[in-house]
Amino acid sequence: MKKKCYLAFVKFLTNVKKNMALNFCKINICKFYTFIVLGLSLLFLLPNTANAQETEEKKFDISSTIIDHVVDAYSWHIFTYKDHHVSINLPIILIDKEGVHVFSSARFHHGEATYLNYGICQEKNFKKGKIVKFNDDGTINKDFTYVDISITKNVLALFISIALLLWIFISVAKNYKKNGVAAPKGIARLLEPIILFVRNDVVRPSLKERSDKYMPYLLTLFFFIFINNLIGLIPIFPGGANLTGNIAITLVLAVLTFIITNVNGTKHYFADIVNTPGVPWWLKFPLPLMPLVEIVGVFTKPIVLMIRLFANITAGHIICLSFICLIFIFGATIPALGYGVSVVSVFFYIFMSVLELLVAFIQAFVFTLLSAIYIGMATENPHHEHEQIVEIK
Amino acid sequence: MELVSPGIGLTFWMLVSFLILVLILKKVAWKPILNMLSKREEEITTALNEANLAREQMRQLNADNERLLTEAKDERDAILNEARKVSQKMYDDAKQKAQEEGQRILADAKENIEIEKQKAITDIKNLIAEMSIDIAENVLKSELTDKDKQYQYINSRIDELKLN
Repeated sequence: MKKKCYLAFVKFLTNVKKNMALNFCKINICKFYTFIVLGLSLLFLLPNTANAQETEEKKFDISSTIIDHVVDAYSWHIFTYKDHHVSINLPIILIDKEGVHVFSSARFHHGEATYLNYGICQEKNFKKGKIVKFNDDGTINKDFTYVDISITKNVLALFISIALLLWIFISVAKNYKKNGVAAPKGIARLLEPIILFVRNDVVRPSLKERSDKYMPYLLTLFFFIFINNLIGLIPIFPGGANLTGNIAITLVLAVLTFIITNVNGTKHYFADIVNTPGVPWWLKFPLPLMPLVEIVGVFTKPIVLMIRLFANITAGHIICLSFICLIFIFGATIPALGYGVSVVSVFFYIFMSVLELLVAFIQAFVFTLLSAIYIGMATENPHHEHEQIVEIK
Repeated sequence: MELVSPGIGLTFWMLVSFLILVLILKKVAWKPILNMLSKREEEITTALNEANLAREQMRQLNADNERLLTEAKDERDAILNEARKVSQKMYDDAKQKAQEEGQRILADAKENIEIEKQKAITDIKNLIAEMSIDIAENVLKSELTDKDKQYQYINSRIDELKLN
């Protein structure tokens, strides 16, 4: 019986897979997302309009609502219905002096309880929303050292997106192996123009003959950011985690670009940082002004990369959430006004989401393009550059 | 502040899983995909080059054909012209020859006629002379027989002669 059920499930999954692959090309992505966004914004409305009176009592805190939706969390909250939270409890992994602790986030009861004296911090000035160690009297032990590598909402979203990326690109690769040099079919047909765009218009102009070495990293970077930007636009599980709008993610990506840039940097590149060509000597000699600026520049480049992606995506999410919050702000005063505003809010929400689709692509493009340019500048052939300088002089 | 402080856990997982993702995709996806793309591009380039080459050859062939055709036409025209000239010449020659021949024949004929005429005149002269002699003989004979008659005869003969 069990086996039969399992077989039926597998069959269902393969069917879904087939249909998805088929429809993926046919459905206009914009329409698809607008549909999802519209449907899900309605979902957002339903349980909360039932709670309209409650929110009035509790006093609706907009900024914390928005920030809570944008930052990481220890459990994946899906929706609340009549004070009943429906969420996915995620494993918490903590390493301290006593060893490794692995337990479910359900033990925190949505931040209300503690386990092993660990609990979620509610204080605004200190690590709010993070796990902290409490003393026995209930105060926070700020000196306690531990490492928190829990599978949080964003980590799970990261794993989901990686699984999705692997599934997509392995099937694309299979498609190419099967079709050979013939025109691509299915999902490969959808992705080939994007791959070609990244290769021909983003990577090759800045890296030229060194492109092949960095192509896997840059392509992965592009599609990772792009897919996660898109998943981030879906308001409900498995979307909804603001992954590329999390500074830890953009930090890792920027650091990787920084490492690749400086590890592969040529002698010429470092020499140019210390002794910048084309500037008068007095900017370099008694006071090394230009070298200082250049050295700062080495670090500001990845920092700017990190902040740009983080800020763009987070800002988009905050704006979308603000439109939704408007409904509840107006609904708290007069319920009818809330219904009225909801029409406008949903319209603007859809408008923003469509705009965010564009931003999702642009940010992935910009991050990849700048990474390629930075790597390209650091690995450029010195002979080539010398010629250019001579020409300029 | 919460928004801009990177979580250690997420950073760790991100670093590990992104590196793994890059390695797996590099091996499993990017290599075959990029290889196939460049292979296809190469094939398209060669196909285009071949097509261009074939077109060039075709053009060359066509040009050759045209050249051959014009050459053949020219040659034909030349041959025809030559033949026309030759035949014209032959015709002219023949005509001239025939004219010359005709002239010559005509001249011969005239000469013959002249000769024949002279001959005939001579014959007539001889005949007249013979006849004169005959008449004279006859006159002489009749004169011998009868004087009147002789006169008569001579007169009639003279009359006859006058008629002639």
